[in-house]
Order: sequence, then structure tokens, then C-alpha cells
Amino acid sequence: MGDLWGQIFGFANYGELLVLVHNSIIAGAILGVVGGLIGPFVMTRDLAFAVHGVSELSFAGASAALLFGVNVVTGSIAGSLLAALLIGVLGSRARERNSIIAVLMPFGLGLGILFLALYKGRSANKFGLLTGQIVSVDNPQLLMLIIISLVVIAGLVFVWRPLSFASVDADVARAKGLPVTAISIAFMILLGLAVAVSIQIVGALLVLSLLVTPAAAAMRITASPVLTPVLSVVFAVTSVVGGILLALGGGLPISPYVTTISFLIYVVCRIVGSRRGRRGNNGRVSTAPKVPAEVGA
Amino acid sequence: MTSDSVLSLQAATLTFGDRRLWNNLTLEVKAGEFLAVLGPNGTGKTSLLKTILGQQKLTSGSIEFLGEPVGRGNRRIGYIPQQKLLEQGTPLRARDLVTFGVNGNRWGLPISSRAVRAKVDGILEAVGATEFANVPVATLSGGEQQRIRVGQSIAGDPRLLLCDEPLLSLDLHHQRQVSELIDEQRRALNTAVVFVTHDVNPILGMVDRVLYLAGGRFRVGTPDEVLRSEVLSYMYDTPVEVIRSRGRVVVLGAPEGYGVHDHLGHHVERSSASSTSGQVL
Repeated sequence: MGDLWGQIFGFANYGELLVLVHNSIIAGAILGVVGGLIGPFVMTRDLAFAVHGVSELSFAGASAALLFGVNVVTGSIAGSLLAALLIGVLGSRARERNSIIAVLMPFGLGLGILFLALYKGRSANKFGLLTGQIVSVDNPQLLMLIIISLVVIAGLVFVWRPLSFASVDADVARAKGLPVTAISIAFMILLGLAVAVSIQIVGALLVLSLLVTPAAAAMRITASPVLTPVLSVVFAVTSVVGGILLALGGGLPISPYVTTISFLIYVVCRIVGSRRGRRGNNGRVSTAPKVPAEVGA
Repeated sequence: MTSDSVLSLQAATLTFGDRRLWNNLTLEVKAGEFLAVLGPNGTGKTSLLKTILGQQKLTSGSIEFLGEPVGRGNRRIGYIPQQKLLEQGTPLRARDLVTFGVNGNRWGLPISSRAVRAKVDGILEAVGATEFANVPVATLSGGEQQRIRVGQSIAGDPRLLLCDEPLLSLDLHHQRQVSELIDEQRRALNTAVVFVTHDVNPILGMVDRVLYLAGGRFRVGTPDEVLRSEVLSYMYDTPVEVIRSRGRVVVLGAPEGYGVHDHLGHHVERSSASSTSGQVL
């Protein structure tokens, strides 16, 4: 039992280790920002399943890159952009989209497994693509991750307002003259990039914990369009950086730490949100004598 | 064309394959005018709105908004859609929806200036929504959501309000409230209103003119001119009786599928049923 505990949480030589991985922590924090910012859009656009689909094709791209000895991040980006564009172009309706994703996902995963089976290199690399490997990311790759993350953040900041408008209210946004379809494709590209970088940290199977869970948690406790992304970023960064710090001492991959932290945050937010809901505290102010409550039509 | 013409259709024709929705439709809507678009399902009411918004091309003829051919959407058009349920947890409060009406098509972060916030506050007050301004949209009642929709639609200083069945799925009380609100705002802002509905009764007292679409034909005129047994019988090509009773209009004998008074049936684009039934108009 004690052994197991020591394996999960070890803090020997912690200071030295910390110096060793400080780059990874920076990268992790930036990825947290990316995941936290893009998450609320993933939720309002109902793309959680799409994130999973994109990540499997991204995994296929990354494992192909591993096999052919090219840059893994590049392969991962190629795979996820291809998937994101396919889903964005072909799946404008939710039902169509889900079936396209369901078709793409096992295909991508299968391809990825094929490439990994053919790959003769270090097996840690293989496992890492599925379950996360930040500590093994080398410096040039780290730089690339940071640059892509910054591109995604800049892109999101630029399209933010029309994207929010089009996400919740496409018909009205279109009537106002917004290029709703172009915005949606642009978003899929940003999402593809975000998935590709997240995979390098938490792995293809666990991307949702970074791109969906923090936003879902935030949306449980606030409906403010400003507070939602802020909280979502705080939750995502806490999960990634916290996960890296906890994983440091033990010999385990970081993803279980990241996913557990983000899950616990979600649980807490759910409880807080439902308590608030029961108290009926949703921001309504009474300016008139109480009239019988309206029933939603 | 008169100077205060907002919307103008000249010999507009729309056909889908061999199905002709309307033919040679010439229509002028002036500032401040309230036009109700009536008719059974599948006769091109929604297509008319799409045409005005540039999302549907005419087969022939022309359509102009403020003297210019329509483009893909327009800032000076306010659009009020059907009430629909928003996903629980949508990170949006009532005031944010109205704010989109002011600056939703500006790029960048959703940070609004003091002037915009003041304007939004004013609109919220005008539509009686101050009380629930900070409430998540998804938790509002249907009537409250449509109030916010009216606010959103007038936020961009529109010259034309397009209403696509905005009263659908509201109870009678809220139907009256929301339609009165739309009427009030068009008078205050001198905005033209094109109001698509399958039930003219909630808005009967406000309507200046009616555009009735049925069977590939159309009629334009005041409600008294159009909503008559002879006119509708001709359009439906079958005997139809229009009864006016206590300020309400009821159409009897219109072919079913030509606009049954049934909310579920509303989305059926094309219906070939031919039995007859009473139709509330």
C-alpha cells in the first residue's frame, strides 16, 4: 500500500526535478489557457464529441509521423486539421456531424494503432501519444507548441464576439449579415490546432479533460460570457499545472493527475451550481410585486 | 418608388423545381407599416423572409431593401425568430443577447463600451426586461425570451423588422404582450414590420396590410379586403368561409395541409393532405 502511494505521490529531489521540467510547466499553463478559452465554445456549439473524433485522427497523424521519422507535432496537426475540416464542412447539422465523427473516429484510431505497431522505436513514445507525455517533449517541439497555442489564442480573441453570437444564435447572426459558415469553419481550424497541441500533453484519449471538462465546470456556476471563459481557463490551468507538479515525483504519466483534478473541479462546480439553482438564485431582481411564476413554453 | 419605401419587390417570382411559390409579386412596404404575411404551410412565407435576407435567390424579378438590392443579411434588418429552447447552461444572460443586437458583428472580445451598456439598459427597460436582465437566457420563460428577442431586434436601429412566427408556442397572454411590444416599438421607431404568422388574430388590430399566399397565388390588401370568403375561395380554389366573430377571424373549409392550426405541423414544408378542416387565421 505504502509502495503504491509512493509511486503515485513522490516528492524526493523535488526541487531538482522542478528545474528540469520548468519548460513543460510553462507549456502546460499555456495549453491550459488554450483549452480553457476554447472550451466554452466547444460546449455551446455542441462539439464535445467532435473533439474526441478530431483527437483520434490527430493521433493517427502523430503516429504516422513517429513511424516515418518526421516531427510528431506536425503529424498531429495535419491529422487534426483534416478531421476538423471534414467535420466542419460535412457536418453542419448535429445529427450528420455525429455520424461523420462516429465513422472517422475508429478509422483514425485504427490507423494510429497500425502505425504504432509498425514503429520499432521506444515504446514510451507510443504510449505517450495516447495518454500524455509532456515531460518527454523536447525544446524545439515545446517552442512549436507554444507558438501554435498563441496562434489559437489570437484567433479566438479576434473572432470572439461574432463566434459567440453565431454559436448561440446562428439565424439571427446570419440575418445581421455575419458570415456564419465561414466563422464556423474558422473555428474548426482553431479547434483542430488546439486538439493537436493538447494531445502532446494529455494524449489523444484524454483531450476532453482539457477542452471540455473545465468549460463544463465553469458553465455550471456562471452564465456570464466573461466569467465563463475566465473560470474555465483557471480550472484548465490548475488541472494541467497541478497535474504536472503532482506527477513529477512518481513514475507515472501525468494524464491521470490532470484528468482527476479537472474531474474533481467539475464535481465541486456541479454541487455548487445545483445548490444555487435550488435556492432560485439566478440573478433575477424583483422590481414589481410578485406575480405568479411563468411556466416556460 | 416613394421616398419612405423600405422594402420593394418587383415582379418577384420564386419556384422550386416545378412548384411555384409566388409569381409576379410586386409589393412595397413603407416605413412604419405593419405587413402580415399569412397563408398555409409550404406557400413560401419563410422563403419570402429568406429572400429578403438574401439567403434565397429569386427565380426572376427583383427585391430591394432601402433602395438597394438585398445582400446576405443586413445590419438594418431586425430579425425575430420563433421561440426556441436554448441549451441549459448556455453562457449568456438576457442582456448579452440584446448586446449582440448592438455590436454582435464587431470582431474582437465581447467588451462593451459604457455607451453600449447604457443603450442596452435602455432597450431592456423599453421591452420590460430589466427585472431579468442578468438571468441566464436558458432559464427564461418563452414569453420572456421573446421579449428579449424584440429588444435584440430593435437594438441595431433597424428600418425593417422581420418576424418569423414569433408568437408560436406562446400562450395567449404572452402572444398579446409580445405582439403589442412589437407594435409599440415599430411606432416609436417608425420601423416597417413584416410579420409571418399562421394566426392573424393576435395581431389583427395592428396590421395595416396583409399579404396572403396560397396555391401559388397571392393577395395584398387590408385585412378587410383580403380576409373574405370570395377572395380565399378563389385562392384555395375551393369553397372557403371566412367568419368574423368578436374581433377574431376564423377560416372554415380551407384544405388541410394548407395551414392547419397545428404547431407541430408548422415545419412540414410540403403537405399534400386534402381533407378539410377549420382553420383559425
